Amino acid sequence: MRSLRRGLTPLLLLLPGGSWLIAFFAVPMAFMLLLSLQQGTFDTGYHLTWNFGIYPQVIGKYWALFLRSASFALMATALTLAIGYPVAYTIAFHGGRLKNALLLVVVLPFFVSFVIRTLNWRMILADNGMLFGFLKSVGILRPDFHFLATPASVVFGLTYNFLPFMILPLYVAIEKIDRRLIEAATDLYASRAQAFWRVTFVLSLPGVVAGSLLTFIPTVGDFITAEVIGAGNPEVFMVGNIIQRKFLDSLDYPAAAALSFVLVAAVMVLVIVYTRLIGSDRLSG
Amino acid sequence: MTPVPTAIHHATPLRERLSRLLLPSFTGLLLLFLFAPIGVMIAFSFNNPLGRQNITWQGFTLGNYVSLWGRSDITDPMIVSLGIAAISTVVATIFGTMIALALTRYRFAGTAVVNLLIFIPMTAPEIILGASLLTLWVSMGVERGFLTILVAHVMFNISFVVVTVRARLVGFNRSLEEAGMDLYADGRTVFWKVTLPLIFPGILSAALLAFALSIDDYVITLFSAGRTLTFPLWVFGVSRLGIPPEVNVLGTLIFVVAIVGIGFQIWGQRRGGRSTDGAEPITMVVR
Repeated sequence: MRSLRRGLTPLLLLLPGGSWLIAFFAVPMAFMLLLSLQQGTFDTGYHLTWNFGIYPQVIGKYWALFLRSASFALMATALTLAIGYPVAYTIAFHGGRLKNALLLVVVLPFFVSFVIRTLNWRMILADNGMLFGFLKSVGILRPDFHFLATPASVVFGLTYNFLPFMILPLYVAIEKIDRRLIEAATDLYASRAQAFWRVTFVLSLPGVVAGSLLTFIPTVGDFITAEVIGAGNPEVFMVGNIIQRKFLDSLDYPAAAALSFVLVAAVMVLVIVYTRLIGSDRLSG
Repeated sequence: MTPVPTAIHHATPLRERLSRLLLPSFTGLLLLFLFAPIGVMIAFSFNNPLGRQNITWQGFTLGNYVSLWGRSDITDPMIVSLGIAAISTVVATIFGTMIALALTRYRFAGTAVVNLLIFIPMTAPEIILGASLLTLWVSMGVERGFLTILVAHVMFNISFVVVTVRARLVGFNRSLEEAGMDLYADGRTVFWKVTLPLIFPGILSAALLAFALSIDDYVITLFSAGRTLTFPLWVFGVSRLGIPPEVNVLGTLIFVVAIVGIGFQIWGQRRGGRSTDGAEPITMVVR
């Protein structure tokens, strides 16, 4: 009797949350897959015709959009890594007793709503806003300079919004490093640069990988940044913008569902290739 | 192997000092950069705008903090958001804690599947979660509104609760439970009197995280909202004309509440005699 209860307990513990995730995460994914294979219009209704042709069709039509989303996300990921690494390193190795306080300060701005933060950036970076308006008035920038609605502005916005996703895993990885290993390297006549690249950086690779994935995946699907800081300029749209418009404005459900699935598949392939490339043995560290 | 640049070994003290300053100053600058939009938000919550365009500084006023409460177009979406955040936090925290207990306390077939089911919703692009839920509502003919938003928020919050509570359970000292058993407490008593109080800080962090994620969510909510307005949806909608100062007021108030909440957590941990360990803030990542 007792062993039966022990056997049932984990099942009962899993049941409510697990069924919620199945019903509202796994099942909807299946519905989306089926929807992508249907044909029809919103008014006449959709019918399942196993229309696999939609996939080559949306890829053929939107490949440039996918490329742009991937390159924006890659640039933003590289920038968050370049900016976030020195910061995580400084906090982990030179933070002393302030380590946790500094980490909190890093995440604090992100307690303000994503939407409000991004809107305030749009105000700061507006053509005649407080930053460029000032630089124009003192003659540093030409009057026709503009930044919003450019590809650079979207990459900038993505970089800002996803920095903590890079800094926190980097910090965790760097903080764990046994600093005697770095001392040992310098004792063996490694220069500071060599000790950094061949010891510290290598040992922090799990954090680099985790941070890159945690940054790349949400950025590649983001559409708010292109909508707000990109000012809705179709030339800086990412895949998310088209998916959102097709689902909520033009009600072209099958194409939107197919685009979503291509996005998921592309992300999964990239993640697998990336983790293979780095070597999963280093990830477990 | 590049030859060792000997210059580094014989660096002048001045150069050494400069390089020591480099990293801290970079970190300081980055922190300033991170707070730039927050500073603007707080400043412009006190701005006295002419018309609806809250773009340039016109003068200091506390009026926005007063006028906010009379504007039901702002407070109604905020009340919807708070309601959804409160309910989804309670449900997700209970369900997530149960899953975390099952995963850390029992061995059973299918652990890998459960782990995947928890891991993928956390890492998938939000638009995918939102869009797939939309296809469910549309296919089943479900009217979108408060309830569908609530269902969506519970869904994305469960995973974050599981991960946060599990982190606490992994470092758990089982001998305390055994001591309880030795003192003739039954399983139920040990759970309520020993286990739960010990993992409670983890559950609390998880609940705070869930609340913060829910109240801030725009993307997933957008796809499940129908005509219901949450606060982020409302802000996005009115922002086409510039940001009304009341938005910055509410943003500032939320920011202050967050600081106070974090302060309390740190204070609680200090009082409990545990130092905050570095891994804990990672659970506070805000989407």
